[in-house]
Amino acid sequence: MTGTRGWPQSIASPVLWVGVLFFALMLGMPQTAPLFAKAFPQVVPPVFDRDSFFALWLSHAGMVLAASAAASIVGISLAIFVTRPVGHDFRALVGTLATIGQTFPPAAVLALAVPALGFGPRPTIVALFLYGLLPIIENAIAGLDGVPAAVREAAQGMGLSPWQVLRDVDLPLAAPLMLAGVRVSVTIAIGTATIGSTVGALTLGTPIFDGLAASKVPFVLQGAVLVALFAILTDMLFARLERRLQRPGMAPAG
Amino acid sequence: MIELDRIVKEYQGRRVVDDLSFTVPEGAFCVLLGTSGCGKSTTLRMINRLVPFDAGTIRIEGADVREVAPEILRRRIGYAIQSTGLFPHWTVEDNIGTVPRLLDWPRNRIRDRVTELLQLFRLDPEAYRHKYPHQLSGGEQQRVGVARALAADPDLLLMDEPFAAVDPVTRDALQAEMARIHQATGKTIVFVTHDIAEALRLATVVAVMDRGHLAQWGTPLEILENPANEFVAGFIGGEASGVQLLALRTVAERMRPGEGAEGKPVSPDASLRDALAAMMARHADRLPVVDGGGQRLGIITLTDLIR
Repeated sequence: MTGTRGWPQSIASPVLWVGVLFFALMLGMPQTAPLFAKAFPQVVPPVFDRDSFFALWLSHAGMVLAASAAASIVGISLAIFVTRPVGHDFRALVGTLATIGQTFPPAAVLALAVPALGFGPRPTIVALFLYGLLPIIENAIAGLDGVPAAVREAAQGMGLSPWQVLRDVDLPLAAPLMLAGVRVSVTIAIGTATIGSTVGALTLGTPIFDGLAASKVPFVLQGAVLVALFAILTDMLFARLERRLQRPGMAPAG
Repeated sequence: MIELDRIVKEYQGRRVVDDLSFTVPEGAFCVLLGTSGCGKSTTLRMINRLVPFDAGTIRIEGADVREVAPEILRRRIGYAIQSTGLFPHWTVEDNIGTVPRLLDWPRNRIRDRVTELLQLFRLDPEAYRHKYPHQLSGGEQQRVGVARALAADPDLLLMDEPFAAVDPVTRDALQAEMARIHQATGKTIVFVTHDIAEALRLATVVAVMDRGHLAQWGTPLEILENPANEFVAGFIGGEASGVQLLALRTVAERMRPGEGAEGKPVSPDASLRDALAAMMARHADRLPVVDGGGQRLGIITLTDLIR
């Protein structure tokens, strides 16, 4: 511990090191060419070079962001709706639809969406959106259901309007579980987005599929390592956000 | 004044409150007493419209409770419940300030009111205002819950078994505080409990409820001395009700003036129960009665207690 004396706390954080590793590999991948050339001498070129890895990542992250933002807004709104008295009758239906979205293979969604939306990022975003709804809805409903009945009764008894109960009681108390659902959804989406490359979207999966098609193992490795690091880094950042969101008055999530 | 006029509440065809009428006078401490499922909590929650009623009228100060929006009505009525319902993500100060904030009180006024209420419940304002509910003991949480109900100085306070979940020692202290606060503020209180001793200790008037009906309405003394029917007699403990009665009568009512006795004296204001306890503790069958000024008034004997 004496070694970190006087250093900022963040130096000792694994998030920082995973982040540095991820961006260094992504930007410096061409510099690893001699290594790959040595390990796989028959593959030319040894590093994927049809696009920069940074451009692939930007496109990949953009699609995940668009799909997950839409899934979060729609999922949390639906969860709020079905946990109000007015939406109670729709609760089972929403649960069923979300489960269908999750069980329907994203590859099949892509195949069906391409004729309607064309090739490129759009069918991928649709598939990611549908696939990511279930964990968000389920966690948001669990979070809202978990608000103690006595707390809600007291809030109503003191004269909070339904809107005020939602804003001041339900949402803050359900927020940690809601965020956990978004975290799962985003992490899954980062991995799943790779298949978008099969319908012409640029993702970190592009070198993987190119590598598979042309039997170029180094391409597969390069794409897979970056996707994995991206997913781990994002998950770690969410974990940080969750800790920050934990209200001082609430027992640690468990 | 609260008037319930022929109130009916049905759940799935079953009448849980059946043609119930009573009037709680201004400043009364009215205890709704009964076994679980007798409709007492439902009755309480119909007063602030947390539960809608199917027939009849409830009036507060002569005004029908259905004339205003439920939120507006509830902000004028204090409400405290058994499990406190404190907001776990808010500090004590924010919790107590809930209704004043809804009523748009200025911030300074809310802070002063929180200080005042914490002092009323003998909690050090500076030590407690920034704590969160999970940092408080059960008794402290309950005090904050009642303080929150009193925050906007409502004329009427509804309490649903507020002390049922705390230990007996804490409950005793909370009951004493509640009695003190009722006397100090003169608020009208409607209080639900199944605990007969709690009812007799706090109530100025008791409504004994049985299966949605009013079984008896009267002062604690009237209920103990003249139970209206078998149910009430059974509920207050049959022959054991005499022991409860001791708590409601004072030494002054039964003492023999002029006579003298040896031993440690009791006050004329003490209850007969305290006198009995003193006799048992001292193995004496008679005690001198001496008032606060040291004046010897007479004696009280064991026979006087059971007269």
